[in-house]
Amino acid sequence: MDWKSFWGEGMELTKEEREMLEGKQGNAVKKSMEILVALGEIYGAKRLIGIESVQIAGVSYHNLGDAGLEYLAELAKDGKARVLTTLNPAGMDLKDWKKLGISDEFAEKQVKVIEAFEKMGVTVTCTCTPYLIGNLPLYGQHIAWSESSAVCFANSAIGARTNREGGPSSIASALTGKTPEYGLHLEENRQAQVKVKVNAKIDTVPKFGAIGKVVGERIGNKIPLIEGIEKATLEQLKSLSASIATFGGTALFHIKGITPNRTSEPRESIEVSEREITQAIESMSDTEEIDFVGVGCPHASIKEIQEIAALLKGKTVKKEFWVCTARQTKELADKMGYTEKIEKAGAKIAADTCMAVAPIKGKYRGMMTNSAKASYYAAGHNAFKTKIGSIRECVEEATK
Amino acid sequence: MKLRGRTISKGKAEGEALVSKEAISFYGGVDPETGIIVEKGHFLEGKSIAGKILVFPQGKGSTVGSYAIYRLKKGGKAPKAIINKECETIVAVGAIISEIPCVDHVDIEKIKNGTKVRVDAENGVVEF
Repeated sequence: MDWKSFWGEGMELTKEEREMLEGKQGNAVKKSMEILVALGEIYGAKRLIGIESVQIAGVSYHNLGDAGLEYLAELAKDGKARVLTTLNPAGMDLKDWKKLGISDEFAEKQVKVIEAFEKMGVTVTCTCTPYLIGNLPLYGQHIAWSESSAVCFANSAIGARTNREGGPSSIASALTGKTPEYGLHLEENRQAQVKVKVNAKIDTVPKFGAIGKVVGERIGNKIPLIEGIEKATLEQLKSLSASIATFGGTALFHIKGITPNRTSEPRESIEVSEREITQAIESMSDTEEIDFVGVGCPHASIKEIQEIAALLKGKTVKKEFWVCTARQTKELADKMGYTEKIEKAGAKIAADTCMAVAPIKGKYRGMMTNSAKASYYAAGHNAFKTKIGSIRECVEEATK
Repeated sequence: MKLRGRTISKGKAEGEALVSKEAISFYGGVDPETGIIVEKGHFLEGKSIAGKILVFPQGKGSTVGSYAIYRLKKGGKAPKAIINKECETIVAVGAIISEIPCVDHVDIEKIKNGTKVRVDAENGVVEF
């Protein structure tokens, strides 16, 4: 049998790539090339291609554990990021972790994780919305991102090209500047597979979350061409990207008249009714006993923080209330006086982290959020009951 | 018998086969401290994968699973080698970073539970 069982033979590697694989550029590059070549072989890539940027998921010590930390420290010995590389949220606010009730032991380990990335030359942003704070790819650019919501946003709303990477494979791409060319890097794999006719008015963040849940659950990781949504804001597409990736696993969607990618017309077609949207919202609302309110999944934009600050003005929250965002967005909120208004009301702005990755299991029972993705992780990971509503409704719940 | 497959992660190992008919989730499905399969209702629920030649169709679940495999290896509870029908990203990356020999495209139905298996992942060969 003529099996190409020797690794690296199915792909055409350049002389330099061979040398990288053989360890001539150090151990971290060698390990990284082994990962990229193996993935290329598995998915039938013909070659490696250069990338513009990387987003790394798997930053919370909560998910990494000591072994993950050890792996990062090992890579950091001689590995250096070759393209702009940013990080997903950590398990805590890196400055004000004490106010979130994080233990000293956890904080110490989390700081070590961040230090390892810093040593690799990674820009330690700690946000799931890198596109809001300086890691904004352009249409058609190849990137290697993990963090399913950011992957979906970059592919769909921007038109950049990335597969849904895992933590280690995205690091491998950062340390080599390369990714195997397969999947969503290729035009033919970016075509819509199912047309989704929406017979409902989708005009709020929770409803964009709900349509993501309905479509994700009905078509899984197939690529939809959604019709019937008239307009969308950045915040709404951010929410849809998170939800459709969480509930269905897809890394790309098209919305007629809104998203920039070209696509052929799919043959398969489904319809989504108003009732399905209502049911999806009801299914994410199984409690009225709320002791925790969380906004900012994906991380809140400056516009959302401005809205929260205005709504909280002169009020006092009676429940734990987190607004999760990127450090850079918080600094802007500080400058604009939004942080002061929010904190005066007793709520907290948590930078660098979020309610999905912070170690808060067992601390609360019922969480209200504007995010379908946050509700999924709250119910699964943290065993909370949940309620979903707009930012205005979240503030009303927190202050009543 | 000699089966041929494809090298995912290099290395050689010899041991007893633990065969699962179902996919395995390494993040959440396997206890990272003990190597025992904890997924409710799983084909191998309650069995330890530590020191075994672990044979299963493919991985599933969260991509954090790659780090979970690495954690098992560091704690001495990882399988000696992995044989898959169709390896996917999570297991491939986990095996490579943990330096666990891994071969796929193997006709895993031919391997019986408890059989002594030799895995030569340098050449993509499984013998028993």
